[in-house]
Amino acid sequence: MTPLERVQQQFANGIIETHAFRGDETVLIRPACLRSVANFLKDSPELDFNFLMDLTAVDYLFFAGGRVQKEHRFELVVHFYSSTHNHRLRLKVPVDEKNPEVDTLSDIWSSANWYEREVWDMFGIKFKGHPNLKRILMYEEFQGHALRKDYPFDKRQPLIGPAN
Amino acid sequence: MTQTRNMLLNVGPSHPAMHGVIRMILELDGEKIKDVDIEMGYLHRAFEKMCETVMYAQCFPYTDRLNYVSPLINNVGFAMTVEKLLGIEVPTRAQYIRVLMSEISRVTDHLTCVGASAMELGAMSVFLYMIKAREYLWELVEEITGARLTISYVRIGGVKADLTPTFDENAFDKIAEVRKVLIEADELLTRNRIFFDRMKNTGKLTAQQAIDYGVTGPFLRCTGVNYDVRKANPYLVYDKLDFEVPVGSTGDNLDRYFVRMAEMEQSLRIIEQCLAQIPDGPVVAELTGEVMTAADMVDHAKMGETEALVEDEVLLDPTLQGSTKKYYEGISADKKSVVLPAKENTYGNIEGLMNHFKLVMYGHGIKPPVGEVYTAVEGANGELGFYIVSDGRDNPWRVRVHPPCFPIMAVLPICLKGDLMADLVPTFGSVNMIAGELDR
Repeated sequence: MTPLERVQQQFANGIIETHAFRGDETVLIRPACLRSVANFLKDSPELDFNFLMDLTAVDYLFFAGGRVQKEHRFELVVHFYSSTHNHRLRLKVPVDEKNPEVDTLSDIWSSANWYEREVWDMFGIKFKGHPNLKRILMYEEFQGHALRKDYPFDKRQPLIGPAN
Repeated sequence: MTQTRNMLLNVGPSHPAMHGVIRMILELDGEKIKDVDIEMGYLHRAFEKMCETVMYAQCFPYTDRLNYVSPLINNVGFAMTVEKLLGIEVPTRAQYIRVLMSEISRVTDHLTCVGASAMELGAMSVFLYMIKAREYLWELVEEITGARLTISYVRIGGVKADLTPTFDENAFDKIAEVRKVLIEADELLTRNRIFFDRMKNTGKLTAQQAIDYGVTGPFLRCTGVNYDVRKANPYLVYDKLDFEVPVGSTGDNLDRYFVRMAEMEQSLRIIEQCLAQIPDGPVVAELTGEVMTAADMVDHAKMGETEALVEDEVLLDPTLQGSTKKYYEGISADKKSVVLPAKENTYGNIEGLMNHFKLVMYGHGIKPPVGEVYTAVEGANGELGFYIVSDGRDNPWRVRVHPPCFPIMAVLPICLKGDLMADLVPTFGSVNMIAGELDR
């Protein structure tokens, strides 16, 4: 049984959609069951996802030139890896534009701590229960969140000198 | 009653022991490190944002600048991710060339890391020897790619140029030289009392902590966990090559040094095997005509004298060297919607010219299907992952790099706590922090 099938079996109601494009098993789940799915991924011996490899987000504002309208603006994307079973899984959670907040995973995998800070820094998504949610790549005075699609790539914010 | 307080000490952002720019705020009790706060982002250049604004092929120069001590591995990782998105296969010879180049880069990366950390402990001569060895390898890289650092050598669907006829010979000579340097460095460091004592039992990390923080690469393997992407999920031709993954046991700085030294030897073995196994360079087109410059060929083509041009070879400047018809098509995927045509076709006939422009003009370019993929390759510091989301247009919707340094920097405070202030130098040296990929 692949990790994807196992998750589908366990959380039939919590899953919005799944796909395995080019062999990457992906599951999109409801935000409410993020932590229960995460705990299951880590604790169940047949999955045993001991590595949280990567955690990031994607902004789907005006996706494909505005032709595709997504219900939620952001998606949180987490890549898991299990070194005992050598399998991978991608977990995605939709995040609302009005209230961009999801539960933290930093108490389950410590690696999530810094990744979540980066997602907060770049996308402005808050993590409920994060111990130290502050910017990591940009400075505290930085206005806005740079990887959002409505942040112009050539916008300048000089720290020193006259304001633009 | 005397009151004692912990002292706050600021190290960096510009400090000789901080490779690149990073700031650490240490809380010291006497000389003991109580707490560490790491502040990064000084080299943030918006890699991910800029990739969203350009076409897929234009991302390569940006990837060169992620890990600038082993840029070829970044190139390979990005190209493989886009190829997975497109669902195309790369010719075997190109796969061997990619492995060859990745392993040369891995050795240069480890040489820099070990050499620089030895220098910081006072072993200046080891640093110079190792940089000398790195120079030999960069000469090899230069021979093939035409550049030393910002190489942009790998292409989606293949590589830019084939190996030169003299490459085998040169590579064997250079490998022999590098081996000599490794033996020399080993003699100078491994039984060196000062080096040994400062590396032993400092910067310790357990396997459990390393896994919890998602650490990969030599930093994970020194704790005894045998995880290497090349073995766990073999990509390119790694499954046809015989090599071992060195694993440590104690998770201290000394083990990290041993793992890196052993890994360099394994990489050299891989390079030798690649050179022995690589299929012969396919001569795709026997060109019997004359050799002319690009400008002459374009002039002939404009005048309609295209019949003789089929047999002619074009003389290119060094940056494009190797993109001629003779070998180029044998090392690129046979897919016109992805791979640029050989330069004779671009300059000499209208179909090639159109194909070229269809790939380089804004709004045309390479258009992968809508979807998302993640590919991991073994970078010199650990798992280097690329996650790309495509919306079916010619520029990526989202490019995410999983930089191997990032989790290592997150776990660094754990390694440092309880050690002396002076142990910061070897521990931080063994991280091999590359600010380019950490801050992106």
